[in-house]
Amino acid sequence: MKQKFNVITSTCVPLPLENVDTDQIIPARFLKATDKEGFGDNLFRDWRYDKQGNPIKDFVLNDPKYGGQILVAGKNFGSGSSREHAAWAIAGYGFRVVVSSFFADIHKNNELNNFVLPVVVSEEFLSELFKSIKENPNMEVEVDLPNQMITNRELCKSEHFEINGYKKLCLINGLDDIDYLIHSKDKIEEWEKKSSK
Amino acid sequence: MNTLFDKIWDKHVVQIVDAGPTQLYIDRLYCHEVTSPQAFDGMRSRGLKCFRPEHIYCMPDHNTPTHDQDKPIEDLISKKQVDTLERNAYDFGLTHFGMMNPKNGIIHVVGPERGLSLPGMTLVCGDSHTSTHGAMGAVAFGIGTSEVEMVLASQCILQQKPKSMRISINGTLENGVTAKDVALYIMSKMTTSGATGYFVEYSGSVVRNLSMEGRLTLCNLSIEMGARGGFIAPDEITFNYLKGREYAPKDADWDKAMEYWNTLKSGDDAVFDKEINFDAKNIEPMVTYGTNPGMGMGITNNIPFLETVPANGQVSFKKSLDYMGFVPGEKLLGKKVDYVFCGSCTNGRIEDFRAFASIVKGRKKVDDITCWLVPGSWMVDKQIREEGLDQIFEASGFEIRQPGCSACLAMNDDKIPAGKYAVSTSNRNFEGRQGPGARTILVSPLVAAAAAVTGVITDPRILM
Repeated sequence: MKQKFNVITSTCVPLPLENVDTDQIIPARFLKATDKEGFGDNLFRDWRYDKQGNPIKDFVLNDPKYGGQILVAGKNFGSGSSREHAAWAIAGYGFRVVVSSFFADIHKNNELNNFVLPVVVSEEFLSELFKSIKENPNMEVEVDLPNQMITNRELCKSEHFEINGYKKLCLINGLDDIDYLIHSKDKIEEWEKKSSK
Repeated sequence: MNTLFDKIWDKHVVQIVDAGPTQLYIDRLYCHEVTSPQAFDGMRSRGLKCFRPEHIYCMPDHNTPTHDQDKPIEDLISKKQVDTLERNAYDFGLTHFGMMNPKNGIIHVVGPERGLSLPGMTLVCGDSHTSTHGAMGAVAFGIGTSEVEMVLASQCILQQKPKSMRISINGTLENGVTAKDVALYIMSKMTTSGATGYFVEYSGSVVRNLSMEGRLTLCNLSIEMGARGGFIAPDEITFNYLKGREYAPKDADWDKAMEYWNTLKSGDDAVFDKEINFDAKNIEPMVTYGTNPGMGMGITNNIPFLETVPANGQVSFKKSLDYMGFVPGEKLLGKKVDYVFCGSCTNGRIEDFRAFASIVKGRKKVDDITCWLVPGSWMVDKQIREEGLDQIFEASGFEIRQPGCSACLAMNDDKIPAGKYAVSTSNRNFEGRQGPGARTILVSPLVAAAAAVTGVITDPRILM
């Protein structure tokens, strides 16, 4: 899943619900896999398909009006279970960016560790964005990681977003934390020696 | 500054990455079968060995059936996941408590009861309810699978240091009000995101007076208000609980550990980023009415009206009540119940089964209710039998199942059918959590027992 991240310009998929928990993103019965493949097919499974497996027409992922690499969600996205399968499902479906006014901690880290960028915007930016998408599903949003700017192109409105410098570097260069950690063994052993005294 | 959280965290800092997170040393990693296979695969594909295998313990709990554990798991996909954990533990040289091993059970029940989770530790697991171990005075938190791989590879994790919050609960709990009710009450005030970004220290007279089991329940639910973790400074209750447990330090090691553990408290001058106080007299037995754990209320209360919910949240609120089949303004008392589940890492300990037994003793389970009593571990199962609680359950028409996560998240066969109401001592009432379409009402073991013998949501205080 390692991929480099720079500027992404795309249409959006709107999900204007609050407190979307990771059980909704990927229900527990789909957590039995031992690899990372195929989770995208079951993203939002119980909102997306009925019991017989038929697509539920009015759910946004089944609405042909909407598509793109950016998911826009209501406040407190990804609460609940720590399952990284939620991030694999989002990435596997093809989303590169999730925009919300607030993310749950563990899920936010999980997205970053899978090269999906969580972009935290103000409530105002978010509600305008939902409005823009509703009025024009073909409108585009630009997410510029190097400059940490997100732009609602419909309104020509931009907002700065936060990301720590280390994670930004990782995303831009397609590197992950394990690459970093396994090169710090000396420091770890030094810590162990010091703490065992 | 100078909080207990600072003391434990700062002691474990290996280094701070430029413009980035902290590299934190992890004393204990637990692995279960659901969130670890991809981490072990990652290790293999990078050609890595575990850096400190002796700090890591593995056990299956999510997929384990709650009957016939001596036979192969019938669900072949579940079986594969459980077998994969065993193989991974073997290949990487890690301790593994497999199904039917007397040490097996839910990780968050086994860790404390075996003395593996200790005060002052940093402790992680690919499971959000890892906050449970905070009750031992540890900094314990849930992580994702990539982070599990980090710890396997380096015994470290990269994390931003969370902010600190102290939640104090003072006063005396009324009879019939348990740690679970305290937690659900706090969630109902804090909402599911009220503590996001924070590590919570619980304090106050209510917390000091809680048993170890009660503290584990309280810390377990920290994640349900978004907190990274929650913990309680260790005290005599903690030390008495730990002394003599299998993996707890012994003899001279115990004395040395006690020297350190006795220092584990926030300074009188400690400054928290946020302080919140609650009064025990406002807490009654709780029930949830919606689809997140923050949607809770006192059992005698009415569901809020839509107009009292902030505008942004009204769509979600309505969706939630529609899912539950409830209407704003109504009471839950007297509502018919189809299933009762007592168990999980939240309420699957001996004290929970004692509480359940105290209500059902001399009464009968209502015939058309299905009730699952699932001990959190084989050790809890053994305690239940040693204390004769099994006979009370049997006389009242209940049977005890075998340990595991069970109906809390329904990864095994214990699923609640669509549309049915389950009164559950577990931790999450999310849509579909206990099975597609299942409707969950979160409660304490006392409220669960009261529902099991009356068939409806009942205030347990009238049965005490």
